[in-house]
Amino acid sequence: MSKEVIINSVAVLAGLGLAVALMLLMASRVFKVESNPLIDEVAELLPGANCGGCGFAGCASCAEAMVESGAAVDSCPVGGFETAKAIGTLLGQEVSEAEPEYPFVLCQGGNERCVTLYDYEGVQGCKAALMLCDSRKGCTYGCMGLGTCVRACPFGALSMGEKGFPVVNKNLCTSCGNCISACPNGVLTFAKESEKVHVLCRSHDKGKQVKLACEVGCIGCKKCEKECPEGAIKVTNFLAEIDQEKCTQCGKCVQVCPQAAIVKVD
Amino acid sequence: MVEKALSTILLEGVFVKNFLLIQFLGLCSFVGVTKDVKSASGMSGAVVFVMAMAASVSYALYNFVLVPLKLEFLKTIAFIVVIAALVQLVEFIVRKHVPALYRSLGIYLPLITTNCAVLGAVLINVNNDYNFSQSVVFGIAAGIGYTIAMILMAAIREKSNIVNVPKAVGRGVTYAFFVATVMAMAFVSFFGVIPLE
Repeated sequence: MSKEVIINSVAVLAGLGLAVALMLLMASRVFKVESNPLIDEVAELLPGANCGGCGFAGCASCAEAMVESGAAVDSCPVGGFETAKAIGTLLGQEVSEAEPEYPFVLCQGGNERCVTLYDYEGVQGCKAALMLCDSRKGCTYGCMGLGTCVRACPFGALSMGEKGFPVVNKNLCTSCGNCISACPNGVLTFAKESEKVHVLCRSHDKGKQVKLACEVGCIGCKKCEKECPEGAIKVTNFLAEIDQEKCTQCGKCVQVCPQAAIVKVD
Repeated sequence: MVEKALSTILLEGVFVKNFLLIQFLGLCSFVGVTKDVKSASGMSGAVVFVMAMAASVSYALYNFVLVPLKLEFLKTIAFIVVIAALVQLVEFIVRKHVPALYRSLGIYLPLITTNCAVLGAVLINVNNDYNFSQSVVFGIAAGIGYTIAMILMAAIREKSNIVNVPKAVGRGVTYAFFVATVMAMAFVSFFGVIPLE
């Protein structure tokens, strides 16, 4: 191999590289994307989990919406107050702290206390099972225990308990709400830490049917409604509901409930 | 050697020598970006552009620089540089004008650089001594063939979401390879359409 070939190869490749570099430099000037630097700064502050709990496609779109179209700075349920405060400082908005809410399971039937009608062996998932047939439980309102919510959780905060309904690990939970929208029966709901007394049933069936299916379902007997000194409980369609605004957590309804469907959590 | 007609080269590139299904070049994006038709067609558009540009630029580079200097052995590395630059250019354009597509293509856009289909098209041009118009037509044809295979695959995979797939196969990469096999067998029947010399 002669010297000339080596020199030529180096020259050609170097020249090629240089030409390409110049072309790209020009192209990067021409096609420069003007983006608001605030968007990147806000996106930095967001958790980056891309869970969609805010209702936007991901953290980047959420940041864009906060900066460009005035979405609330506390849109991110995952980041919580700290994140909202940091973003608020950046965008010049005041943020007040809201009490954190966690998903809460409004059913205590499970495997032991609620009748199971048949063995289900199809696609594992509550929605799939409901598409095939009615709930495998005697009660069509309660938790079916097939774990759609568990799989919907991007943070691994839910697990299927031994009793056949999901258990929320509040240390991992970020209140993104994915599990709540995943449940086809609406068994999960948000509840604040300070709200202690809950009716753990969603059945609108008449008392007799509830008793046939479940040991701990609300039968709509209205004892709690009469007992409550604050008038916070109202029975509609055979189901007691507690107005958390009025409830003083005296616990009288818990004692009077014959089905143990009302529970005071610690 | 008889000059091949441009129409023959076009049909050859699109069907008979389909890059994805007959030559098995560029399978990375064939499996990676075919989860929905929208990003598959976006990716294909980028590949068609890159292939056509790469075919013409590399033709000029090879015949006006490398051959006169007797540096033909540098063709692989020189073509890679050209392709990388073109991909970067496409990335700029896509990010500027179609940001949604930019996000959905993700890593696969820069990966066109190392997509062997593009380099393959360029090297086949050189090996077959195609002239300029033949090179460009073959580049475009290869891109169109790639597009057809990508969109067919994406459509099949979209539909597969609502049919029963055996659990052992699943709906992921394994399923994609099964589909690719069947599609490749179908494309083999194009062999009889144009007599290969």
